[in-house]
Amino acid sequence: MTAVRVLVGTKKGAFILSSDGKRRKWSIAGPHFAGWEVYHMKGSPVDPDRIFASQTSAWFGQIIQRSSDGGRTWEQPGSLDAAPEEAVSPAEGPPMPKGESNKFVYDTSAGSGKPLTTHQWYDGTQHPWEFARVWHVEPSPTDVDVAYAGVEDAALFKTTDGGRTWQELAGLRGHESGPGWQPGAGGMCLHTIVLDRKNPQRMFVAISAAGSFRTDDGGRTWQPINRGLKSLYIPDPAAEVGHCVHRIAMHPSRPETLFMQKHWDVMRSDDAGATWHEISGDLPTDFGFPIEVHAHEPETIYVVPIKSDSEHYPPEGRLRVYRSRTGGHEWEPLTEGLPQQDCYVNVLRDAMTVDSLDPCGIYFGTTGGQVYVSPDGGDHWSAITRDLPGVLSVEVQTLA
Amino acid sequence: MIRVVLPFQLRMLAGAIDGEVTLAVDGPVTQSSILDALESRYPMLCGTIRDHATRKRRPLVRFYVGNQDVTHDAPDAPLPAAVASGAVPFNIVGAIAGG
Repeated sequence: MTAVRVLVGTKKGAFILSSDGKRRKWSIAGPHFAGWEVYHMKGSPVDPDRIFASQTSAWFGQIIQRSSDGGRTWEQPGSLDAAPEEAVSPAEGPPMPKGESNKFVYDTSAGSGKPLTTHQWYDGTQHPWEFARVWHVEPSPTDVDVAYAGVEDAALFKTTDGGRTWQELAGLRGHESGPGWQPGAGGMCLHTIVLDRKNPQRMFVAISAAGSFRTDDGGRTWQPINRGLKSLYIPDPAAEVGHCVHRIAMHPSRPETLFMQKHWDVMRSDDAGATWHEISGDLPTDFGFPIEVHAHEPETIYVVPIKSDSEHYPPEGRLRVYRSRTGGHEWEPLTEGLPQQDCYVNVLRDAMTVDSLDPCGIYFGTTGGQVYVSPDGGDHWSAITRDLPGVLSVEVQTLA
Repeated sequence: MIRVVLPFQLRMLAGAIDGEVTLAVDGPVTQSSILDALESRYPMLCGTIRDHATRKRRPLVRFYVGNQDVTHDAPDAPLPAAVASGAVPFNIVGAIAGG
């Protein structure tokens, strides 16, 4: 009996939507972490009951939550040894550890990649790196205790102890281009982490607004992979860094092929990011945030066109997912079951995903609080729910 | 015992606390000593009121005693006697900002 579990992060908490393999009847659990922004949740491919969540607040900072029972209960892995009932006075010393899982401290040691300490600010001056939040958590496909966290201000962290502690992979921020990185409208965030399942030493990340980067040595050193991108809104449209990459997607069977939704332009690389070419083709607009690849068809990809960088809603008020079955260039609108008038929501970069059932299910959430599912690869859509807080992220787990 | 009022989000984070928290504080009753005791009892609150690294108050967190805003008092300055005696709670407040 197959089932799916959809993990939805919103501006006011987390929700878990569950269904059987037919994906027609749903139950909704939540809110978890009520009142907090939940930027992202993702389950471990090794153990689907292990789920990480990034709970965050401009007021109260960053919390990493972890579930060991599929999202029914949660804990902060860095506070597990401290029992609240064992209250002690400061003179007796605090129980340990104390919220260690919530600490994301930039590595400034010379021996770890010599990370630079400033980046470009909105006015062109240099500005110190300041941690704000975790945008994305990517669990390892092979080790239940390993996960990566992409953070704002842009950096990559890794845990090897199930989220109890996090250490920066400082070689990324230490790349010589670091002083040229700059914040996008949403902050200077590392929002995309793509792991190559065939090559554990290789991974890809994307940063707004620096661009995309690749490591081939497990995160020790990095190279920008932005050749072919053209961004008319920066001084040198073909610069090595400075591009506002919104999202990268890969089919696990073809790790050399990457698809990118950029600030403007939908792009493709067939050489692991070394070069890119545009595949926007006949899209009504090539601005947007998410991009996804069909679970069983590596040349079938999905985007949600948004009118412009100033008007973050669908063109003509019609919410349309566009599908290309040819790896780009030729696109078809998918509208059955989606609102085709007076719809002015956005779909954020981490808010679209696919399951691995056959036929493949596609899911996305909107800033208006709707979560849509298509259980047949995009041909037909229905709303799982229409009334959640604004959706920040959507992930799905396919359960055996 | 010192009485502390937490904002909703931190009460939930600390395990769905219902109402005030009462704490024993050794030595002078100050912002720092109250927060030390609070974080000792509820380690999950570390980093939510004060920054993990700098130990400074997070910018959108404020402290009140009754109607008195003591946010910008020195962290190690003694708080009013009414807090030390438990007559008045120490209020930790999320600033009114955002949505």
